[in-house]
Amino acid sequence: MSVDLATVKRVAHLARIAVPEADLPKLQDELNAILGFVEQLNEVNVEGVEPMTSVTPMAMKQREDVVNDGEIADEIVANAPVSEDDYFMVPKVIE
Amino acid sequence: MNAHARPADPKKLIKGATGDWEVVIGMEIHAQVTSNAKLFSGASTGFGAEPNEHVSLVDAAMPGMLPVINAECVRQAVRTGLGLNAQINNRSVFDRKNYFYPDLPQGYQISQYKSPIVGEGEIVVDLSPTEQITVGIERLHLEQDAGKSIHDQHPTMSFVDLNRSGVALMEIVSKPDLRSADEAKAYVSKLRTILRYLGTCDGDMEKGNLRADVNVSVRKPGDALGTRCEIKNVNSIRFIGQAVETEARRQIGIIEDGGTIDQETRLYDPGKGETRSMRSKEEAHDYRYFPDPDLLPLEFDDAFVESLKGALPELPDAKKARFIAEYGLSPYDASVLVAEREQADYFEQVAKGRDGKAAANWVINELFGRLNKEGQDVTTSPVSAAQLGGLVDLIGEGVISGKIAKDLFEILWTEGGDPREIVEARGMKQVTDTGAIEKAVDEIIAANPDKVEQVKAKPTMLGWFVGQAMKASGGKANPQALNEILKKKLGIE
Repeated sequence: MSVDLATVKRVAHLARIAVPEADLPKLQDELNAILGFVEQLNEVNVEGVEPMTSVTPMAMKQREDVVNDGEIADEIVANAPVSEDDYFMVPKVIE
Repeated sequence: MNAHARPADPKKLIKGATGDWEVVIGMEIHAQVTSNAKLFSGASTGFGAEPNEHVSLVDAAMPGMLPVINAECVRQAVRTGLGLNAQINNRSVFDRKNYFYPDLPQGYQISQYKSPIVGEGEIVVDLSPTEQITVGIERLHLEQDAGKSIHDQHPTMSFVDLNRSGVALMEIVSKPDLRSADEAKAYVSKLRTILRYLGTCDGDMEKGNLRADVNVSVRKPGDALGTRCEIKNVNSIRFIGQAVETEARRQIGIIEDGGTIDQETRLYDPGKGETRSMRSKEEAHDYRYFPDPDLLPLEFDDAFVESLKGALPELPDAKKARFIAEYGLSPYDASVLVAEREQADYFEQVAKGRDGKAAANWVINELFGRLNKEGQDVTTSPVSAAQLGGLVDLIGEGVISGKIAKDLFEILWTEGGDPREIVEARGMKQVTDTGAIEKAVDEIIAANPDKVEQVKAKPTMLGWFVGQAMKASGGKANPQALNEILKKKLGIE
């Protein structure tokens, strides 16, 4: 599997990364190198092998249904470039 | 019944210029899970808080924060799956659904894609007392809600409030088994009722706690499925019906004019009565799902599912069947009563140890009628179940007539009090003393010799005498006793 220039452009856009036109071929090469490596992994026969989700067998930790967080609006917006009345403010987005 | 093979019902087709069209509808319902805390954080789910008050650093997606799942949300999803007669998956996986929007600080929504917690199920939807359809459930999965953007506070900026961000949602996906706006509405009503019985979602559509994405396509009966459009975020049952009608007619118009339908996301505008394209959503539809590396698979055993199953409340279908069998109710009355759990509970308190039909009659016709008129519901009813039960007892014992009972109901509604004491104190008791009734009847007969002649030829005139005698007794004469006495004295059978 390999990607063409248009795909690289599209992936960059989906990730909201501005990539200058001139840098696209280099990125394409890098991505294809990674995909080439993954291709090698595909040669291993994993039929009947369950995907491993954890190195040690363990169950997912769960929390009880208790409210013990939040109520820190000022801290939440503390790093926001712009905020007002504890709202985040962003350039207008309208459907 | 396999609904895809369900034959087109002529009654439900829409007339077009080139013949009849069948509309095919499938729904994705987003139901907010009833829980204290969010799906992956300890922040509150409470409604109506100040901006960003119910937000933890996890919900704001601050670097290094990790999600930890709320066990109650898992239980609620399993309970709902059981209520939908669905396959419960003992192992499910959380995935990241990637897209950019200011109210989604993570840059992805934690959802379930290939391995949802609940698989296929089905529910029975009542369209009328005699018509039911079975609607297939495709799946139910757990996911995070997004925050809220407000666009009208500033000329160039949008305000973002993350209080909703991370609240648990159940997305319940139906199969494309619905064939009309009415069926779509009935399906959502039924689903809402089930969720409310289970206590897994409050179903409050005004607050956005239950919202629907409606997939609509049209086809000539017998044809393969047409191209569908998805109408996003419809937030009332009435609008769901309108959106289906409007969208179906739009698609029929396009096809009949020789055009084709583009698969797209649309928005229903109730003010203008039209659906319109949300083009901006189109390109973003590349979600690049992948398993969330922050979360292990969600696993539980059969014993966990069984313990939840054992504790489920009686659900509307079972309750309806029991009301019909136990209290002799008509399917219609039983449907009305079970639509809300509180109504059904109220009815049962009234009906316990009494005539079920009489109880249903008073609860539905008098009480619900009045509550409806005054904009109240059964939880705020001024007349308690015990009081209404007392009223039904008095009728059953022949102490008061049905007509007087309505007066008594009015007193209970406006003044309250014990029904039996009121009847006693205000002399509302029915006159069963035949001597008193006979006296009144004799007087009427003596005063109206012409009418007495007429009734001999025309026995339906008896009604006039009943009316007169009733009036003379202040409505308190026992109707049965009165009838018998009148017939005897007038010599008619």
